[in-house]
Amino acid sequence: MSQVSTEPDLLYTEEEEALRAAVRDLLTDRCAAADVITRGESGVPHDPELWKALSQGMGLAGLLVPEDQGGQGATHREAALVLEELGRAVAPVPYLTSAVVATEALLACEGPVAAGLLAALASGRTVGALTVPLNVGPGGAYRTVRLENGSLHGELTGIADAAAADVLLVPAEDGGLYAVDADAVTIVPQVSLDQTRPLARITFDSAPARPLTADAATAVRRALRAGAGLLASEQLGLADWSLTETVRYLKERKQFNRPVGGFQALKHRLAQVWLEVVGTRAAARNAADALATGSADSDVAVAVAQAYAAPVAVHAAEEALQLHGGIGMTWEHPAHLYLKRAKADSIAYGTAGAHREALAALVDLQAP
Amino acid sequence: MTDAAELRRRTQELLAAHPPAETDRLDFLKARFDAGLAWVHYPEGLGGLGAPRRLQAVVDAELAAAGAPDNDPRRIGIGLGMAAPTILGFGTDEQRRRFLRPLWVGEEVWCQLFSEPGAGSDLAALGTRAVRTDGDTPEGGGDWVINGQKVWTSSAHVARWAILIARTDPDLPKHRGITYFICDMTDPGVEVRPLRQITGEAEFNEVFLTDVHIPDAHRLGEVGDGWRVAQTTLMNERVSIGGMRIPREGGMIGPVSKTWRERPELRTHDTHQRLLRLWVESEVARLSGERLRQQLAQGQPGHEGAGMKLGFARLNQEISGLEVELLGEEGLLYEDWTMRRPELVDFTGRDAGYRYLRSKGNSIEGGTSEVLLNIVAERVLGLPSEPRTDKDVAWKDLAR
Repeated sequence: MSQVSTEPDLLYTEEEEALRAAVRDLLTDRCAAADVITRGESGVPHDPELWKALSQGMGLAGLLVPEDQGGQGATHREAALVLEELGRAVAPVPYLTSAVVATEALLACEGPVAAGLLAALASGRTVGALTVPLNVGPGGAYRTVRLENGSLHGELTGIADAAAADVLLVPAEDGGLYAVDADAVTIVPQVSLDQTRPLARITFDSAPARPLTADAATAVRRALRAGAGLLASEQLGLADWSLTETVRYLKERKQFNRPVGGFQALKHRLAQVWLEVVGTRAAARNAADALATGSADSDVAVAVAQAYAAPVAVHAAEEALQLHGGIGMTWEHPAHLYLKRAKADSIAYGTAGAHREALAALVDLQAP
Repeated sequence: MTDAAELRRRTQELLAAHPPAETDRLDFLKARFDAGLAWVHYPEGLGGLGAPRRLQAVVDAELAAAGAPDNDPRRIGIGLGMAAPTILGFGTDEQRRRFLRPLWVGEEVWCQLFSEPGAGSDLAALGTRAVRTDGDTPEGGGDWVINGQKVWTSSAHVARWAILIARTDPDLPKHRGITYFICDMTDPGVEVRPLRQITGEAEFNEVFLTDVHIPDAHRLGEVGDGWRVAQTTLMNERVSIGGMRIPREGGMIGPVSKTWRERPELRTHDTHQRLLRLWVESEVARLSGERLRQQLAQGQPGHEGAGMKLGFARLNQEISGLEVELLGEEGLLYEDWTMRRPELVDFTGRDAGYRYLRSKGNSIEGGTSEVLLNIVAERVLGLPSEPRTDKDVAWKDLAR
């Protein structure tokens, strides 16, 4: 069994709370639920203006990148907090995929190409996407494309936020990781369960590739681990919105001449969701802190956070829909945005079951 | 202000004046109390120094390092966790001086006479009567005579004193006619009978009170103010339940994980999935407790404590239930049905079957899970309260 070496800081610092307030203010102004719903059906599912405000305006795309490499030199704790707020707003921006996953992959690479891309991603002017399907978790198997004479051939599906990407980070059959300009490939959107983080099919037809590292496996693993760990904070934001909004509505909504929030059957269900949100917050902060400090406990912390948070976000969103009654079933009400994101998130970067399996090895509780 | 360095200095002084190796245990504890190092956040002269509560850890660490005896806090948990804060908060100077020192050193064990057969979740409906005798005290009335029945009283058979709430005015609505007393458990009118539970043991008692005499000097707080006084007691009960710090696999998940590792022949795919789920939930419950502890240490108010007990009750039950099933043929056996009266409840070292049965009480004792869910919904989420039909009705007119 792995031991916990130092005690993780599970709280939010004052600086982190200030950052939260700033992000929340921006999202309140610029990311109304009604607009997110409309945008999902437009040809441009991502919100480029919001992305610009978050990345270039607030510098949030470079949180994980050291200052001398063009970033903000912050940690996973701050990035987790941004994701918490983005989850609360189901914001259609490629933050997790570009500023966390693609950025982490580049941080595992060396050389001028990777350094240039890292700075570009940190500035937010360039959006990156790692071409591993969204459902793959750390240590999971994934498809690669063929490398021939310095260019790539093949097809990949299930690549999140590829439609918004300027550059793709592509694991190839030779075991290396390559950078490919989005202009050099064909990207076709796939109709996605979660329209706020849409998937795409990418066809590589002799796409010119610049090598980033010969060891794609290490870079991908690192990227997916950070993605899975910080996804728990997004799930926390989703669950917290679902709970808060449902409580607010049930205090207001009256049937049988009383607020329906006074019925014990509903009170108990909401109290149960609250308990789960409390647990998710502790698990998500623990994962973010472990990643930030490079703790030896990171693998366990990430697996625990994802195994716990994924079903909680789904449960909270499902309860929100049910307890809203008929209105929750309408296209107009935002509850479905949260349900779809939560359900897609429960598959993203490994299902809860996949993370439990990983834990079985990590904490020595082996299968029969 | 007393700081950590000052407390260390005082602790070393105590150790120098009363070397633990050469000092009688009780004498050492009394000296520690008199030095203000018993509970440093208590006032001077009552075992403390008026220091911040978190600094107790400094004293405890120094004393543990020196091999000093402790006051066996588990044996006197009700006294320390419930009676003491109430006596401190509502007792007269004389009551504080008389009771706190023997309570803390463990010379006098305390028990709690609150629950009744007819007053469980609805504790304020209690019917044990306290009637004032004619006589001359400064308040006008005399001493008190108690009649009634209490239940689920741990340590009643070893206790010297009890904290007791009883009805002094049945004509008032239920919350307002209650008074809080200190009851002498050696009074001839106190009869303690073991209450055998589903584990086969009797860790609790029924207590029958027949014409028990309580001097007015042993009343805690004003006549009729007992419900408010009892809130202090109950609040401290929840603090002590929620404030514990545990290492990974420190709870009920520990033994079943050990069994899993040591006995591969028991493993099945179904139990594996369930074990991993419960392991994750246990780790998250542990982290939630740790986060709550960090919040409290920073002085940030947190409601999470209300949830901790709910979570642990369910986990204890599910984990021990899984363990019984995992054990297969062995799970069909039970360690011992002999009726015993243990002084302490301790899950560690007990068989899975015992833990399975005993943990059923975790969602009942100290507030049922259903009541706690109401508390979360109302006090944390601000949802409407349960309808109250008894608020303005005299206690004697309530349905029972």
